[in-house]
Amino acid sequence: MPFLTIVYALLFYVATALLVVGLASKIRQYAKTPAPLKIPTTPAPVTRTGVVMRMFRELVFFESLFKSNKWIWIFGWMFHYGMFLVLARHLRYFTDPVWTWVDLIQPFGMYAAFAMSAGLLGLWARRILVDRVRYISALSDHLMLALLFAIAGTGLMMDYVTHTDIVAVKAFFRGLMVFSWQPLPQDPVLLIHLALVAILMIIFPISKLLHAPGVFFSPTRNQVDNPREKRHLSAWAAELEK
Amino acid sequence: MADFEVPELKEYPVIPHIQEGTMAHSKPFVAKEQFQEPLGFPGELVDNWQQVAYDKMEELTGKYRSLAVFLDSCVKCGACTDKCHYYLGTSDPKNMPVARQDLFRKVYRRKFTFAGKYFPKLVGAVDLTKDVLDDWYSYFHQCSQCRRCSVFCPYGIDTAEISMAAREVMDSIGVGQKYCNEIIAKVYKIGNNLGLPQPALVDTLEGLEEDIEDDTGVKVRLPVDEKGADILVVTPSADFFAEPHVDGLMGYAKVFHEAGVSWTLSSHASEAANFGMFIGSYENMRKVSLRIREAALDLGVKRIIFGECGHAWRVAYSFLNTLAGPFDFLDPKYPVPMHIMEFTYDLIQRGALTLDKSANDDMVLTYHDSCNVARASRMGPKPGGQFILPREVIKASCNHFYDMPQDTIHEATYCCGGGGGLLTDDLMELRVKGALPRMEALKYVVEKHGVTHMAAICAICKSQFAKVMPYYGFQMDSIVSVHQLVSNAIVLGNKQ
Repeated sequence: MPFLTIVYALLFYVATALLVVGLASKIRQYAKTPAPLKIPTTPAPVTRTGVVMRMFRELVFFESLFKSNKWIWIFGWMFHYGMFLVLARHLRYFTDPVWTWVDLIQPFGMYAAFAMSAGLLGLWARRILVDRVRYISALSDHLMLALLFAIAGTGLMMDYVTHTDIVAVKAFFRGLMVFSWQPLPQDPVLLIHLALVAILMIIFPISKLLHAPGVFFSPTRNQVDNPREKRHLSAWAAELEK
Repeated sequence: MADFEVPELKEYPVIPHIQEGTMAHSKPFVAKEQFQEPLGFPGELVDNWQQVAYDKMEELTGKYRSLAVFLDSCVKCGACTDKCHYYLGTSDPKNMPVARQDLFRKVYRRKFTFAGKYFPKLVGAVDLTKDVLDDWYSYFHQCSQCRRCSVFCPYGIDTAEISMAAREVMDSIGVGQKYCNEIIAKVYKIGNNLGLPQPALVDTLEGLEEDIEDDTGVKVRLPVDEKGADILVVTPSADFFAEPHVDGLMGYAKVFHEAGVSWTLSSHASEAANFGMFIGSYENMRKVSLRIREAALDLGVKRIIFGECGHAWRVAYSFLNTLAGPFDFLDPKYPVPMHIMEFTYDLIQRGALTLDKSANDDMVLTYHDSCNVARASRMGPKPGGQFILPREVIKASCNHFYDMPQDTIHEATYCCGGGGGLLTDDLMELRVKGALPRMEALKYVVEKHGVTHMAAICAICKSQFAKVMPYYGFQMDSIVSVHQLVSNAIVLGNKQ
């Protein structure tokens, strides 16, 4: 077994474990922390169904961002949905036989990779060019964009510049899933691509990428506007009444 | 007139370039011991303040999901950076919502996150030093908690939640704000923000009754502490004598008179405002709210109606049931509480009021949506009723009404610049500069439609505009109460 295969196999086990455990504990924290007051940003839906619709528009269309700033919206949307398609496309490396819908989106996945990269560059340009956004950017904000762009870039390189043995890559990951390690091709671009992905997975639960679970728990978006109709009382607030 | 530069009103709103530190000197007076202790806060900076502050931060992130989620979720996209009226008016980058949040977030990261503990430089995490605390005190008192940033944030991050938490942390270490804490202490002692005792209140209301009778020839009552009345009216104490607030109060009285309902004010709960919200203190907010419950029980009323007040309506509409409920002793036919606008609107819809619009023909009106009403409450059964009802009441009372530009009203409305516990003379520069976006929008309709007056339904907005409008060349009496318009137009004694 090549040394690098062992390193990468262990890396992905660790990264997956950290991602899952880290995210689960954050989600558990958000779910367990009470929201003692009704604070939906109004006008807000007055029914649960309405809230589901609001969240749907927020997640799919980035409704609030659309109201806010069309440049961030277009770049952000291109990046996120580009990445979503690219990730969906990558399911072919984990499934056998490949699911039909994953097969069908393969060609779109390629365009999506360009859209994703363009979105990232647009966001990065704003971070550098707009004085307000430059002011609020920490080093980590730039590095996050660099990391994502490098992942997209190395991924595209393997399609357009230097191919790797994709069948072997698939065998490696399928093997990881059943704890039967298969050799990983030793192409530098692939190794960089995978290492960066592992880093992304590891930092996910300890970085601003927590906006992904966070958005589901945001009380200003997910609360029903019915405080007069229904009394809302958290456990710690109820203690005060004793 | 001012020892600072009043911003120029431009033809079109311009997003300014950042100018660091322009408002670093702006700080409200710190509360002395006598204003801290009635609220349960230490009288001066405690010895181990840093540790106490960290402990409070940990406690609050465990008690408020909003805080926990908002501190983790910001991606620094920049969507909020041009949304705060204080940034637009001052160009100080720390008045950008995200930068204001970051003052709190960078300490949270340093103490409570892996990245901040081990890589502080990378993510911009810092300890809570004295300098950082000074920044907190300055810039968390440059947030009016108006929630405009929250509307535009892709995750709904509400800077108000963070500034409330920061103020609570500061209170817990003995660094409170004089204006808010002195007022809350007054409510505990006397029953209202102005410290108006019961005899003075009775006197004032009798004077208003005489004014109405002199003016209209009709005896319209303004009762106080009347047991057995059907409706308890809770209104901001500014309504008792500030201009134009008091004209609104007389409007409510006339509406109740015409509706033929029995109502009363209460000297125990002679205040709708609840500054407990501004300082983020659930306990103090609850204590103030309970006075309303006590008054309702004591007077044996069937309904509670709130007068024109923005943040009070937020606390009333969104929190009262939580803080001081359940109100199962009141008549279940009516929402608890109701807004005076809902009451008047309903009467107008039923044709129960006769309104002579021409009585307001000397005015061309526009309407300022108050931030807390617009983005933190509702009126009527449908979402957005808080925009419709006041406008319908205005339009039923006058002939000439024009809205300000779309991106400055409804949910995108600009704060008056004096909300969130900032309506104090020691913050005058901030108040004037923060009013800029609203003044620009007003100027637009003044020039385009000849608007002469702006109506509002918030005691803070009314006081703030009366004070800052002259800086921008508007008359101080060009701000009016919505029920002042109703008061002018209502024909008394018409409906029997």
